[in-house]
Amino acid sequence: MSKMTLSKMTLKTEGDTHVIVTRRFAAPPEAVYRAHTDPKLIQKWLLGPEGWTMPVCINDAKAGGKFRYEWTNGKGGGFHITGEFLELEPYSRIVHIERMHLPDPTPDNHVETRFEADGAGTLMTMRMTLPDGKTRAAMLATGMEGGMEASYVRLEGMLQASL
Amino acid sequence: MYNLDTAFSALADPTRRAILARLAHGEATVNELAEPFEMTQPAISQHLKVLEDAGLIVRRVEGTKRPRRLAKAGIEAMDQWLAMLRKALETNYDRLDEVLAGMEKHKKGKKP
Repeated sequence: MSKMTLSKMTLKTEGDTHVIVTRRFAAPPEAVYRAHTDPKLIQKWLLGPEGWTMPVCINDAKAGGKFRYEWTNGKGGGFHITGEFLELEPYSRIVHIERMHLPDPTPDNHVETRFEADGAGTLMTMRMTLPDGKTRAAMLATGMEGGMEASYVRLEGMLQASL
Repeated sequence: MYNLDTAFSALADPTRRAILARLAHGEATVNELAEPFEMTQPAISQHLKVLEDAGLIVRRVEGTKRPRRLAKAGIEAMDQWLAMLRKALETNYDRLDEVLAGMEKHKKGKKP
């Protein structure tokens, strides 16, 4: 598909404490912003690997509002994130803090997400700031477990489909 | 299996990242590695030990020298991990593309 080049995501680390993700979308900033703040829409895409769902998606999208997202792989595996919105500028900017509960809470991840009009679409830039290099390292390494889990879940799915 | 937690922790230090950047250009002795930094050799050796324990560099014996170089497998394991994280995020955003396309259709359908 031609949108492959358009939608190419970038992920990079910056300095000691930042992780920057960019992605283009073929929809205006208003739609992309809504998909990041409306729980019914969030539940459709913020799922991570195949096989995972988000049965709980509660958020109060206003400055100072809290949110709670819970994920499960349907096989007893799961975790949740809680956080607060710090700033919301429809439809251009969301600033929030979040932490993962594994079950102990990780140090706060400060996330600024910007949505800029880019032709008929949107350029999203997400800038995560961790308290220090060690925390960023731990966050990146924790994602590994989720990634491994994901590939096993996918593998199981493929095996079942071929039976 | 490499312990990626250890590997990423090793990378959390700017001096150690600079050492890896230097080693990306080729093998170097402890003295050569210590040169650009205002640090004592024991301090540099301590950083080298952390990198070595994390599986990111290896040492060779050459007379009294112990030149270090990048450990290809350790670096590759970290690259693979980053590729997996990237993949998980990409899966999310591919789904978001679908959601956005659905929203657009819905909006158009509602128009009189």
